Amino acid sequence: MSDVNAPASTKIPVTVLTGYLGAGKTTLLNRILSENHGKKYAVIVNEFGEVGIDNDLIIGADEEVFEMNNGCVCCTVRGDLVRILEGLMKRKGKFDAIIVETTGLADPAPVAQTFFVDEDVQNNARLDAVVTVADAKWLSERLKDAPEAKNQIAFADVIVLNKTDLVSKPELAEVEARIRGINPYAKLHRTERCQVALSDVLERGAFDLDRILELEPDFLKEDDHDHHHDHDDHDHDHDHHGHDDHGHDHDHGLKHYHDEEMQSLSLHSDKPLDQDKFMPWLQELLAAEGQKILRSKGIMAFSGDDDRYVFQGVHMMLEGSRQREWKPDEKRESRLVFIGRELPEALIRDGFQNCIAA
Amino acid sequence: MTVSNAPQQNSIASVGERVRPVAIGTPVAAVYFIGDRAAFVGDEETITLVSSDGEKVVVTVHGGAILSSVSDGRRIVTGGDDGKVVALDIKGESSVLVTDAKRRWIDNVAVHPDGTLAWSAGKTAFVRGLKGEDKSLEAPSSVGGLAFAPKGLRLALAHYNGVSLWFPNMTAKPERLEWAGSHLGVAFSPDSRFLITTMHEPALHGWRLADAQHMQMTGYPSRVKSMSWGMGGKFLATSGADRVVVWPFASKDGPMDKEPAMLAQLEARVTAVACHPTQDFLAAGYDNGTILMVRLTNGAKVVVRRDGAAPVAALAWNAKGSMLAFALQNGDAGLVDL
Repeated sequence: MSDVNAPASTKIPVTVLTGYLGAGKTTLLNRILSENHGKKYAVIVNEFGEVGIDNDLIIGADEEVFEMNNGCVCCTVRGDLVRILEGLMKRKGKFDAIIVETTGLADPAPVAQTFFVDEDVQNNARLDAVVTVADAKWLSERLKDAPEAKNQIAFADVIVLNKTDLVSKPELAEVEARIRGINPYAKLHRTERCQVALSDVLERGAFDLDRILELEPDFLKEDDHDHHHDHDDHDHDHDHHGHDDHGHDHDHGLKHYHDEEMQSLSLHSDKPLDQDKFMPWLQELLAAEGQKILRSKGIMAFSGDDDRYVFQGVHMMLEGSRQREWKPDEKRESRLVFIGRELPEALIRDGFQNCIAA
Repeated sequence: MTVSNAPQQNSIASVGERVRPVAIGTPVAAVYFIGDRAAFVGDEETITLVSSDGEKVVVTVHGGAILSSVSDGRRIVTGGDDGKVVALDIKGESSVLVTDAKRRWIDNVAVHPDGTLAWSAGKTAFVRGLKGEDKSLEAPSSVGGLAFAPKGLRLALAHYNGVSLWFPNMTAKPERLEWAGSHLGVAFSPDSRFLITTMHEPALHGWRLADAQHMQMTGYPSRVKSMSWGMGGKFLATSGADRVVVWPFASKDGPMDKEPAMLAQLEARVTAVACHPTQDFLAAGYDNGTILMVRLTNGAKVVVRRDGAAPVAALAWNAKGSMLAFALQNGDAGLVDL
């Protein structure tokens, strides 16, 4: 209780490891545990015995999703996780980080929301990132028939696209394009047998308000010719309409999927926003549409305020703070990203436009 | 506010000179009196027994975290993340009572006045009667808390969306008391008329057992983790707010349609409460390390200690009520003679 304002560094980082059945979660987990990194991980798994590593800090979980009594059906938490984290905190100092493996059919939202809702969890631990392992060969199929798989891709901060040796180059391009159609913001790593640098999946700080600000779609920064295509999302001289991530200027014939169900939406303004309009709008939007909105993030420049405001949300839960002063050489601009299902794009864009300060 | 508050606080009577500090040295989760010694249950591995002259004996009871503990005054029973249930007796000797075959965490333990033992691991609750045979019951979700009724062999299991009342010696299905939400701690009133749970949300829920009438006890700013019956069950004192919230249970309706008494407000949050076994006052510990004694009937306060390096983790009176033991989360502890 006294630690509400404790610096994030004293809180134990928690990585959520998700992915559809058979994608390779256990392979990645075994790699993390067996690699000689000098760190000790407490691991919360759903099935005992799958992990082949001897570790007295492997805990079996029941994956109990509890609704909060606030009348909101999407405010769910992992009840067993609250209990297990409380127990683990008695052994603080015996491990450096926690990994929560979910079942292949799990929705990552209740795990993430546990870190937004529970005071004790918040005081002692911090969500580091949601890492989703995806099967390069089967993901495209699963995205058609398994809503859980799509959820896990949409929710991810890091996607480990595994078993790339089992697909052809065009197939790989296809599955990546499908992933990007849903979530262009996650860091994507192509792997065989989950061979990924551990620094790419652990200690990501994806939920750290100081570090959520890399809102550019990941593939724009990748040095990869297959992915070079003209995207006007960051051309800030244009007006603000029509700058979504599903722009249609492609150079090299890369397939660009627009997932019919799950999309991302990015908003941008060079003009300062009116805080008294923006905050109520955001809260009302999440209250009304929060079931559809899986993740939201933003950096805001408010008129008459020299601090930049950052926020992130999971469904209807939101946390935000005035992060720091804008630097003199920094462009004061506002950027928001929503990832969700059947996003009411026109409504969101109009609402955002109305928040621009007069 | 601070200017006018300071002299007022300093004017409160103090028993600070009667506090004998004890350094446990490691984080403490609970404290009990067993015989004439105070027993400080650590977060991990050990229980430290401290006699009234300050002599310390450290007993290792678990090979890891101590997740749960309970005492009937004759022994302390603990559950650990090593899958064991361990008892520490009045002589300071420990014995392993249970070893879970799958080495599951023992999340909760309870003891009946007749010596019957209960424990839970995940969704499964177990009871071991005096004849030594174990019985088990699957709860609908992880067991948040266990408590035996004071009379009869009846065990309450708190879980998601309610409480199950189980008569381990009967074949009938457990009775279910339902209330939406996650229920953690559970306690019967001393007269067995009421059952109270602490919830994952900052609230208590209660049932009058005769007719399963609900009692919602809400308004707390944070989760209630400590509660204590006072004056033979006439009051229930609770943590979770910036003052001690005391619910009236003397009448047949308990706290229904009644406001709680709110005592000893500080600019800190109450983390532990312990009602005196015979008198009309309680000890209250706060998250800034302060401990007060507070009269239930009029809220008059006496300072035991002020401020500290950590929140107060636990408070306990000895059976006679002549000595209070306290511990801060960081292991700073002490004994207070009345």
